[in-house]
Amino acid sequence: MNGRRAAGRPPLVVVALGGLGLALFLLPLVGLLWRTNWSDLPALLASPVVTDALWLSVIASVSATVIALLLGVPLAWVLARVEFPGRRLVRGLVLLPLVLPPVVGGAALLFALGRRGLVGEPLYEATGLVLPFSTWGVVLATTFVAMPFLVITVEGALRNLDERFEGAAASLGASRWTVLRRVTLPMIAPSVMAGLVLTWARAFGEFGATITFAGNLQGRTQTLPLAVFVALESDRDVAVAISLVMVVVSLAVLVTLRERWWKVL
Amino acid sequence: MRLLTVAFLLVLLAACGDAGKADEELLVSAAASLTDAFAEMETVFEAANPGVDVVLNFGASSTLREQILEGAPLDVFASANTSNMDQVVAAGDTVGEPQIFARNLLQIAVPAGNPAGVASLADFADEELLLGLCAQGVPCGDFAREVLAGAGVVPAVDTHEPDVRSLLTKVEAGELEAAITYVTDVASAADGVEGVHIPEEDNIVASYPIAVLAGAMNQGTAGAFIDFVLSDEGQTILADFGFASP
Repeated sequence: MNGRRAAGRPPLVVVALGGLGLALFLLPLVGLLWRTNWSDLPALLASPVVTDALWLSVIASVSATVIALLLGVPLAWVLARVEFPGRRLVRGLVLLPLVLPPVVGGAALLFALGRRGLVGEPLYEATGLVLPFSTWGVVLATTFVAMPFLVITVEGALRNLDERFEGAAASLGASRWTVLRRVTLPMIAPSVMAGLVLTWARAFGEFGATITFAGNLQGRTQTLPLAVFVALESDRDVAVAISLVMVVVSLAVLVTLRERWWKVL
Repeated sequence: MRLLTVAFLLVLLAACGDAGKADEELLVSAAASLTDAFAEMETVFEAANPGVDVVLNFGASSTLREQILEGAPLDVFASANTSNMDQVVAAGDTVGEPQIFARNLLQIAVPAGNPAGVASLADFADEELLLGLCAQGVPCGDFAREVLAGAGVVPAVDTHEPDVRSLLTKVEAGELEAAITYVTDVASAADGVEGVHIPEEDNIVASYPIAVLAGAMNQGTAGAFIDFVLSDEGQTILADFGFASP
């Protein structure tokens, strides 16, 4: 990529439109900084509402990313490599949470896994486990919304992979499991990492499915986005402070990781 | 480039088409607990005033207040409590004095059949029950906390919902075993929800104020809508949905 440079000066129209696009991203951030109560910021950030929500957000987004890794990579592999009837439909279903309003996802989760839900009710009767209004509910809702990012990235990588490498390994006597472990996974590792970053980012910012399925309680289900939403109506300085935390954390993660793994995207 | 031009023109056309449907749009921001009553108001008011298109914006009164304070171009504000309205008045965003147009009481909402056997406010201290309130700052949340404090109950709440309708939805779905909402919400939820009475000495009367906003495009129409809400016809609609008259 580096060193390739087109001759001449960049076309002005493209630069101008690009600049406008950038302004669209930056302007709201400037608005946020403008509204920040800088003198009280340290005290605001140290308040239990903020620290509880930050802690919960980190736990939930990292858990969702780990679950997505454990379940999403196998799912992507099956979708890319196993022929079965209805595969296109399943692919569409997997991507549905990307398009669906998260609130709809949250309500659907409630109908399926709520205390009175299709699966939730037998689960509750058998184990006493109630997913809504619990941190598990937050993890579940964020995983539902964020996992498609991993599946779509990894599946794309698998489909673009030159299958001759795997064929060569197989012809040398490697079992399918060995090929997957020793050839396929190392080759798609950068895509998996990129997918994980996207998944984490989506999980960190998740709002709609979480508040609909898991409710809103400080220290148990109130993640940073929920805390912002509630604080906007009661204490704007707190809301702005939490928003700043989200911007800083997200930016730090995305910029750091982009240097290392983002290039595949 | 030609494609871009066409797309741009289409967007313009769509915008004009939307505006062309009615001569005038009246943007009314109303508390979530007014959802059903104001939908009916819209129908009747539009029938009586052809050319006016009433557009309703429902949410927690605190959310609506923020939208108004941030300069959203709205015509009428109907709040579920006076404190949110007072803040809008203090910011100079209203025209004339707000008028109280309805009153409401609080009630305990439980799923049909009351599976947890919730009997009174005292049950809100039960850690074992799944209980919900509206968030702090939202009128139904502030009223509920006031009522609980008055009854000497420290609630063990499992969720603080952003507005009364989302709270009610979770009761209706059977996920929450009890919540504190308005009498009118329980009435409108029909089959899925039952109400448990809160004794009068513990209860609170919520007063709903309405006002024309300073940013109203046509203050005459906005005033006419408020007159309609305060008229016998408007009051009958509110009574149908369980509201008490001011």
